[in-house]
Amino acid sequence: MNDGVNGVALGVFIFFFLAVTVMGFLAARWRKAENEHSLDEWGLGGRSFGTWVTWFLLGGDLYTAYTFVAVPAAIYAAGAAGFFAVPYTILVYPLIFTFLPRLWSVSHKHGYVTTSDFVRGRFGSKSLSLAVAVTGILATMPYIALQLVGIQAVLDVMGVGGGESTNWFVKDLPLLIAFGVLAAYTYSSGLRAPALIAFVKDTLIYIVIAVAIIYIPIKLGGFDEIFAKAGDAFAEPNPATGAPRGALTPPDATQWTYATLALGSALALFMYPHSITATLSSRSREVIRRNTTILPLYSLMLGLLALLGFMAIAAGIKVQNGQLAIPQLFENMFPAWFAGVAFAAIGIGALVPAAIMSIAAANLFTRNIYKDFIKPDATPKQETAVSKIVSLLVKVGALVFVLTMDKTVAINFQLLGGIWILQTFPALVGGLFTRWFHRWALLAGWAVGMVYGTLAAYGVATPAQKHFGGSSKEIPGIGEIGYIGLTAFVLNVLVTVVLTFVLKAAKAPEGVDETKPEDYTADAGDPGVQVELPPATAGSSH
Amino acid sequence: MSDAPEVNRGVVTPTRVVIGLCLAAPFVAMLWVGSYAKTDPQFIGIPFFYWYQMLWVLLSTLLTMTAYKLWQRDQRARAPRKGGAAE
Repeated sequence: MNDGVNGVALGVFIFFFLAVTVMGFLAARWRKAENEHSLDEWGLGGRSFGTWVTWFLLGGDLYTAYTFVAVPAAIYAAGAAGFFAVPYTILVYPLIFTFLPRLWSVSHKHGYVTTSDFVRGRFGSKSLSLAVAVTGILATMPYIALQLVGIQAVLDVMGVGGGESTNWFVKDLPLLIAFGVLAAYTYSSGLRAPALIAFVKDTLIYIVIAVAIIYIPIKLGGFDEIFAKAGDAFAEPNPATGAPRGALTPPDATQWTYATLALGSALALFMYPHSITATLSSRSREVIRRNTTILPLYSLMLGLLALLGFMAIAAGIKVQNGQLAIPQLFENMFPAWFAGVAFAAIGIGALVPAAIMSIAAANLFTRNIYKDFIKPDATPKQETAVSKIVSLLVKVGALVFVLTMDKTVAINFQLLGGIWILQTFPALVGGLFTRWFHRWALLAGWAVGMVYGTLAAYGVATPAQKHFGGSSKEIPGIGEIGYIGLTAFVLNVLVTVVLTFVLKAAKAPEGVDETKPEDYTADAGDPGVQVELPPATAGSSH
Repeated sequence: MSDAPEVNRGVVTPTRVVIGLCLAAPFVAMLWVGSYAKTDPQFIGIPFFYWYQMLWVLLSTLLTMTAYKLWQRDQRARAPRKGGAAE
């Protein structure tokens, strides 16, 4: 499908890419604090970000390149079912409104950098904290890999790299370069780099969406025409299954799936370490609440973007790999220079989250594995050094993943990652509101959820794939098809509650809670709230 | 649902009930898929299913903003009491 290299688009792409590279390195000097060798500084940008920076950072972080490619691709493939991303992002904000400010407060009071830090402090349990940390790292790695897949899709459509080029080195060189640049500035600038680049990314994305949503329908004869054509395309039977390819509205049988996917994904989103990293980097509690009222702007953009999937059908785009549908649509519809801008938006859109995710995974490793289990007396300087190296290793791991394995492997793992990360919800959000749950019960609930989720996902087959064919399956006892992650979550909560009663009756040791009720409502300016200080080096266990 | 063992005095106020409703409404609306899984009425050619959910992005934003404003007012009303107790 590549008819040679698109020179103009490639030129524009490279221009933007160079621009953000320079920004990435300069970012280290942006709002620099005196103490640059602490993990707060490198890994949380000094906890100094205001409402707008946080908004860009969270937006840049949550709405990744993969989202931009995958959501319209899902619509392109199956219609209505792919639109669940919109209710999902609608539900996220009322949800985090209730618990994120509490997490912010308690984290700033006690110098927590990760969710596992909090779980350890609250429940006095290193094993529970380790479970949360390992889940976070496992769930984040394939997510980073998918960002690289997003860059690959764009490079592929531009005619460089990817594709069927014979030599593997030439084929992967552009991705390697993009990757090297990303790794270098994350290493030197920490969280400040993606925060600054997020401005460029979001500005470009908003421009591209605004143009696309007006310009493409005009060229295609209006939305009537687009949906009529899409409806016809979905009605045609799929040669593999004989069933229609998709539908414009979800039929009764799939409505449970739609709702449970939206709810389960919404519950899971802020369990991801990268979402929490961006949250904790904000300056005050108010910044977070205010952000829940302006972040939905991105959801609107996501909805419009999803509609591009229908436009790709109406424009007669035919691709084997659905992820190329939108880049191909841009290439066919836009003049070459603007296609370049659109590709740059997606490419940079991959760099921002990849950088934040690798920082978040590195923070988890450093704080909750290295410091808790390997070197308890690590100084802040050592912590930062370890984090920097781990962030590099995590990215190399993701790169190896993408280059050596089939893309579907990364997608399967990301699907699993979503199911897994949801299993940390009871410990984290439960812990933010109550100390009633027993730490061992939470650990057992987590294990049950992880095992059930993994086995259930493994057992989903489609004509094309024997395992990991999807994320939904019959819910035991209800009989409807629902999101596996949510079923596992319900099991998890049930086990936790029942075992908590049992363990309390058996008088099992509860562990020491180092937090106090008022810690959960503290704000910047209150006594004891650290705004720009290194994390407490003493840890909790001494 | 019905039993709330840890209701402290003065925690459930009318304002807080309204805040709760504002935050809960999007869940009811979005999880009840049957209520919007249809094509008509269309809006500029876009089926109901799609524009209705996009409309809810705006509605939920307004609701969350309302909750935020009410929360701020609620906190401010409580602040003198709390501050007095701490100092």
